Amino acid sequence: MRHLLIALLVLGGMACMSAGAARADGLAADLSSHVIAITTGFTGTEVVLFGATDGKGDVIVVVRAPGRPVVVRRKRHIVGMWINTRSVVFSDAPGFYAVYASAPLEQIAPAAVLAERQIGMANLRLGQVEGVRSPGELADYRAALLAEEQGEHRYAAETGRIEFLGDRLFRADVALPASVPTGAYLVQVLLLRDKAVISDHITPLVVSQIGVSAALSDFAERRALLYGIVAVLGAVAAGWLASLPFRNA
Amino acid sequence: MDIYLPIAAVSLDAFTLLALGGVVGFLSGAFGVGGGFLLTPFLIFIGVPHAVAVASSANQLVGASVSGALAHWRRGNLDLLMALVLVAGGLFGSLLGVWLFALLRRLGQIDLFISLSYAALLSVLGTLMLIESGKALWRGRLPGGARRKLHQHTWLHGLPLKMRFRRSKLYISALLPLGLGFAVGVLSAVMGVGGGFVMVPAMIYILGMPTSVVPGTSLFQIIFVAALVTVLQALENGTVDVVLALILLVGGVIGAQFGSRVGARLRDEQLRALLALIVLGVAVKLCADLTVRPNDLYSIAPVES
Repeated sequence: MRHLLIALLVLGGMACMSAGAARADGLAADLSSHVIAITTGFTGTEVVLFGATDGKGDVIVVVRAPGRPVVVRRKRHIVGMWINTRSVVFSDAPGFYAVYASAPLEQIAPAAVLAERQIGMANLRLGQVEGVRSPGELADYRAALLAEEQGEHRYAAETGRIEFLGDRLFRADVALPASVPTGAYLVQVLLLRDKAVISDHITPLVVSQIGVSAALSDFAERRALLYGIVAVLGAVAAGWLASLPFRNA
Repeated sequence: MDIYLPIAAVSLDAFTLLALGGVVGFLSGAFGVGGGFLLTPFLIFIGVPHAVAVASSANQLVGASVSGALAHWRRGNLDLLMALVLVAGGLFGSLLGVWLFALLRRLGQIDLFISLSYAALLSVLGTLMLIESGKALWRGRLPGGARRKLHQHTWLHGLPLKMRFRRSKLYISALLPLGLGFAVGVLSAVMGVGGGFVMVPAMIYILGMPTSVVPGTSLFQIIFVAALVTVLQALENGTVDVVLALILLVGGVIGAQFGSRVGARLRDEQLRALLALIVLGVAVKLCADLTVRPNDLYSIAPVES
């Protein structure tokens, strides 16, 4: 519900901006699509980010989904079985995170800028941590969360490439896997010169479930009791219907 | 063809699911078992989250039992009063079961609990079936054989609250079917099974019901208990995937019809020995998954708000 509200606000904001493109001093950028629809046949998709600068420079793009609390559990060997024992909660881990750059990050931006703007896996902040006993443990659980998300392709393990066509036009292909979470994503585009941020713009990207699957998960969440009853009636009807052709057998 | 399951939030091949439903339905048609106890582990093997596998199996079970119970209803093989008493017990059992399920889920132990209870259940069940079918195969070669007494009186028959069940020709304490219904209700909620494999032997050996009314009565009560479990799971845990359940159901009902035809032609004991081996194989796989060091010791999950 909260995500939907944010999505609406962002969409409203987009409508106010002329043509929905991000423009700033010396930088213009936009996405090939601002809305990704997850339908029953969704198997992941690609969005093209394209833009232009007013001259030579480097570009960094950060794509991130809204944060949500995530629990990381660790298995231990107990009485011959591998059992979840300890768990750590990160309060604000983004549901999707990817960085694209026109050159290796450390060559085009100082470490302080990368840290401040959470650019790169090492600089990604995951919110407040609950349940850790030592800094070493925190590092282990953090690494586990990043590895799991990378395994699902929700966090990009490596910095993606931004290709320049000539000195001014650039593009990046943003790959979204089948398991992308829904929500109002923010695509941040930075223009840098001589290791300093010249210009900074944000373009929204909305990922939402559309069609039957969206209607169903929405229904299941909001009117759980009714959904359960409908599920039962549907099964009864299907069972009865399916038995009809074999009635005289 | 990949299909996105809205509640499970995974994309799986629709034909794989259809085939899975069909195979489980075929087995249930051929062997006369519910098949729920094989469906849930197979769903887990192909990547459906444990909790969704259990709750959606219960949903699928409603439909599968309806088509089975209808066939028995038409032939009159049903003790309605007995079924209602069993359902009454089942209501309380499934309430407790769903509550337990939600508790374990919050503690992060539901996957372990489901795997463990399936491993235990299938090991015991498979071994018993193997022994039983082995004996039957052996007995088949001997003439005659001992017949067991139809009705034995034990302390169970001294319990209060006696009720008369005309269709089953029984005069027993209502506490017996109530307790049985309760136990099967808990099983149904935490494992997504109908509990026919517990219910049927218990009806014959503990309650002493005539064999002819057992399958129909068992199926009839499963409809109601599975329906209640489905609603409670949807309400309490939000883990019922109707798309998944419906695909499995379609495959299952078709599979069951072919299964029952094939089953009628094959030798019973060999068939049961085969089923026993399948069940034991699934149990071994579940045990292996629990005891072999996993590649990844960590797992992540969104926190429910």
